[in-house]
Amino acid sequence: MKFTLSWLKEHLHTEADADEIARTLTRIGLEVESVADPSTALAPFRIASVVSAVQHPNADRLRVCMVDVGDGGGPVQVVCGAPNARAGMKAVFAAPGSVIPYTGDVLKIGKIRDVESRGMLVSERELGLSEEHEGIIELPADAPVGTSFAAWKKLSDPLFDVSVTPNRPDCLGVSGIARDLAAAGLGTLIGHALPPGHAALPAPLPVTLDLGDAPNLCPAFALRLIRGVRNGPSPEWLQQRLRSIGLRPINALVDVTNFLTYDRNRPLHVFDAAKVTGNLTVRRARPGEELVALDGRTYRLDETMVVISDQKGVESIAGIMGGEETGCTEATTDVLVESALWDALNIAQTGRKLGINSDARFRFERGVDPEFCVPGLELATRLILDLCGGEASEMVVAGSAHVARRVVDFPVSEVRRLAGLDLPETEITDILSRLGFVVAGHGETLAVSVPTWRPDVGGKADLVEEVMRMVGVDAVPVRPMRKVEGVSRPVLTLSQRRVRTARRALAARGLVEAVTWSFIPKDRAVLFGGGQPELSLANPISADMTDMRPSLLPGLAAAAQRNVARGFGDGALFEVGQIYRGVRPEDQFTAAAGIRYGSAGVAGSGRHWQAATRSVDVFDAKADLMALLDALGIATDKVQVVSGGPAWFHPGRAGTVQLGPKTVLGWFGEFHPTTLEQLDMSGPVAAFVVILEALPTPKVKATKTRPPLDLPDLQAVRRDFAFVVDRGVEAARIVRAAEGADRKLIAAVQVFDVFEGPAIGEGKRSVAIEVTLQPWQKTLTEADIEAVSAKIVAETVKATGAVLRS
Amino acid sequence: MSDIDTIERMILAAVGSAADEASLEAVRVSALGKKGSVSELLKTLGTMSPAERQTAGPTINGLKDRVNEALALRRAILREEALQKRLAAEAVDVTLPVRRSPLETGRIHPVSQVIDEITAICSDLGFAIAEGPDIETDYYNFTALNFPVGHPAREMHDTFFFNPNAEGERLLLRTHTSPVQIRTMEQQKPPIRVVIPGRTYRQDSDQTHTPMFHQLEGLVIEEETNIGHLKWVLEEFCRAFFEVDRVEMRFRPSFFPFTEPSMEVDIRCRRVGNEVRFGEGDDWLEILGCGMVHPNVLRHGGIDPDKYQGFAWGMGIDRIAMLKYGMPDLRAFFDADVRWLRHYGFRPLDLPSLAGGLSS
Repeated sequence: MKFTLSWLKEHLHTEADADEIARTLTRIGLEVESVADPSTALAPFRIASVVSAVQHPNADRLRVCMVDVGDGGGPVQVVCGAPNARAGMKAVFAAPGSVIPYTGDVLKIGKIRDVESRGMLVSERELGLSEEHEGIIELPADAPVGTSFAAWKKLSDPLFDVSVTPNRPDCLGVSGIARDLAAAGLGTLIGHALPPGHAALPAPLPVTLDLGDAPNLCPAFALRLIRGVRNGPSPEWLQQRLRSIGLRPINALVDVTNFLTYDRNRPLHVFDAAKVTGNLTVRRARPGEELVALDGRTYRLDETMVVISDQKGVESIAGIMGGEETGCTEATTDVLVESALWDALNIAQTGRKLGINSDARFRFERGVDPEFCVPGLELATRLILDLCGGEASEMVVAGSAHVARRVVDFPVSEVRRLAGLDLPETEITDILSRLGFVVAGHGETLAVSVPTWRPDVGGKADLVEEVMRMVGVDAVPVRPMRKVEGVSRPVLTLSQRRVRTARRALAARGLVEAVTWSFIPKDRAVLFGGGQPELSLANPISADMTDMRPSLLPGLAAAAQRNVARGFGDGALFEVGQIYRGVRPEDQFTAAAGIRYGSAGVAGSGRHWQAATRSVDVFDAKADLMALLDALGIATDKVQVVSGGPAWFHPGRAGTVQLGPKTVLGWFGEFHPTTLEQLDMSGPVAAFVVILEALPTPKVKATKTRPPLDLPDLQAVRRDFAFVVDRGVEAARIVRAAEGADRKLIAAVQVFDVFEGPAIGEGKRSVAIEVTLQPWQKTLTEADIEAVSAKIVAETVKATGAVLRS
Repeated sequence: MSDIDTIERMILAAVGSAADEASLEAVRVSALGKKGSVSELLKTLGTMSPAERQTAGPTINGLKDRVNEALALRRAILREEALQKRLAAEAVDVTLPVRRSPLETGRIHPVSQVIDEITAICSDLGFAIAEGPDIETDYYNFTALNFPVGHPAREMHDTFFFNPNAEGERLLLRTHTSPVQIRTMEQQKPPIRVVIPGRTYRQDSDQTHTPMFHQLEGLVIEEETNIGHLKWVLEEFCRAFFEVDRVEMRFRPSFFPFTEPSMEVDIRCRRVGNEVRFGEGDDWLEILGCGMVHPNVLRHGGIDPDKYQGFAWGMGIDRIAMLKYGMPDLRAFFDADVRWLRHYGFRPLDLPSLAGGLSS
């Protein structure tokens, strides 16, 4: 909402300057976005006197003027093309270096047809004052040479731009802003007595409200005919008002409606009575009806929209925009002036559907003052009669613009309860009255009647806000909140702790945390098991952000790709964040996932003099996953690792980590070659995922005591065994078989060597294990060791078909 | 005697010229071994008369001692030489680089770090952390928060929608963390003190807006709490978060459908280059929105607005991260450029705490 200081002063007697007004506006909730004085751009332009003006030697239309600019120096030579440039006139001079507001150009000393010009005499258009550019500005003979033109002309008029929140439609009119400022103590409101009725003609054509069972769509429709107007450019003061806030003057009739829209938050519509056929009806549009609106565009309407129609068809879109055909032009002599009330929600929906953002829609969808519907029409009539002449008819009002005022029971103690302000009842009453509320009663509870221009005030809390914003939030004393007694208790839940731990654990493994978009391209979502229609956005912001991610991997893969494209081919990224398997809250899961690419394995990244460069592989991913599980308190020796994983992993280079087949904790592996191809990546890429919700919840124990530590007195014995097995036999089976040979004595089994080669045979491999035997009662004899060794071999051979290597 | 002198000269010469411990050992054996020249001389003592032995004994034993002494001396020298040689051979170029520690390469994203900082502060003030789903219903995101149907305030949210489901219900991506206010009230009775960090979504994209961003919501519901307490919490929070001795805040009345009265809050600051210094200067920077929870919102959460009251605030996590740590562009937060993450990210063990300070 824009307005100038001079406009405000039409409604507010105040001595306050622009700064104080701006500060007050912001303090009472009308946030000032900017205050600018366009006249500051005119500061360099000074009043000058043309001493002489002679014909340019080389150009018929140009004159060479000698100009006294009042700086004490001699006359300055200026080449001027204006027909009115002549000796003895007072004009406005622009010195070299000035910025011409109209063009934005910096004026330079130049030669025009070989004659030097050291400045410029300017027109109104060049100063941005009007469209006048037939000649240069002529000032009266007594204009003081050398003085600033803008100061002499009193052009200074600060322009305020206020961000009006959607709850305050009353401040979409300058008069409403003045009311708030007056209530805040910045001056007194200037009341404008409404002009008396002036009906010289009988009422015009009748208006029918044909809205069936939804009369709320148009509670009131007031109309008046004015005959014999002379439409044309509006007077300078009105044009200047509109131009000052960036509106374009059109003609007097239209300018009056625009003026009252901004002055009083009262949108109006004028249409040419000569172009209206038959009576007017306010009705719902018929499906497929069309209207060429005032913006020149054709709108196709439907039955949810309200229109004003005559016998021929739609004349205007109610409360949003008029039709081009019935618009007022300079040829208009008989004008119909409409002031109506519309349903805010319907206006908002219609405006949104049609994509029209008009000043009228903006106001009607926020709420205009119903009580001002009829007075607004009176005011418009007065202005039109004053500016364009003519004779007004009586007013036709269909429906009723009268609404009952809401009354709020207001316990004054609410001001203290909610705002923490201790104010006497009299002050509360006074503030509300200044804002136009009518306060009845005394004591603990007041009956406060809400003015019709305040659709936002409906309850006690709203009144507290009114009081608080007028005394200022600064007046509320700061009060410490009660703190818990003693030491603060932990607040994080298990899942919150796990998220934090997962992040630190993965970062500590050298992975870099990324935060990637929750929405990804559809094909990527499909590739990673998502892309269900219910998880696709209806209005994505771009084609790359269409579907909710089913996994963190596509986002991390895309991040990896971007880094590779920037020349960083080795990297390790992770993310801990939400994934979506459906739209219900319980379908949202938290995953921790990481991706390693190039040579950024667990041991380090890039080339290094100590070791050959190695590409990342499935075991890097497995190591990350296992370390993560350990950090999250999951015993990694209790989890099962099963070959294979989801389809986007290489089937022979991926694993699933689970606690039994139904409790899958996560996956690790190298991306499938086809996945890499579809992602347009070159591999290998190693990745892992853990679903945090899948992790078991630890048992709550009564104390924090750890189980007692039972250490053996006897030394452990280690024995190595090498088995030759079929290539498909998993090492884990060999380990499990060996472990099972003597659960008491065998403390650990570890694979320490894996070997394949011609010496072993085609399709075979050798797996060597180290078995740790831990005696508890007595030292093992050689015979004891032999016995358990034989059992280990036997169990392993039985379980895996292995052959002991001798 | 001249024999002995000769033998001694020869042995000492051999000792002196022994180039390594092995040849020195050979010299020792040739002198002091079973058949060594000195051993042979010693053997002659047994055949001598006591008188002869009286003079020859000390002479020969003296020779033996001198030879032993020379051997020991030479051995020490050779050992030292060998050690020096070995040390020289074993020397490496210690300027060669080592692998960087994973603790050195790993990074925590600024958003996570700032959430941890917020958690440290808010837990001290007795706030728990609440969370809710990203995919929300119109009810939780708007209606329960007192956005009238069709109200322009809804439009200002630039909501992402899903296609209507079979029941005609249109789900959406939450445009703010405020739906969790309602979800919290539904699950918990007052007193309530929670902060709600989370992802939020709006159709918006420029240097300071991204279609996904992070918000922090705060909610307090108690029997006695008012704007004075709200001001205190926000001032304490900002002072602690920005790690300054004092902050100055300006509360401006404003409008949010779910609070009444509503305020926007500016913080006094001075911009120096890409730094924002709080508590000084003449600039005011808008930092958050807040207010007393609207009675309708309390009712929607099943709480009697005449018995309980509360306040709520919301601020951008990414935004306060940018203000504190000086990132110029929000879009870079979600680009995962490793150079950016390395520069603006945090080390894995930079754990924010009130005891040790939020940032190091």
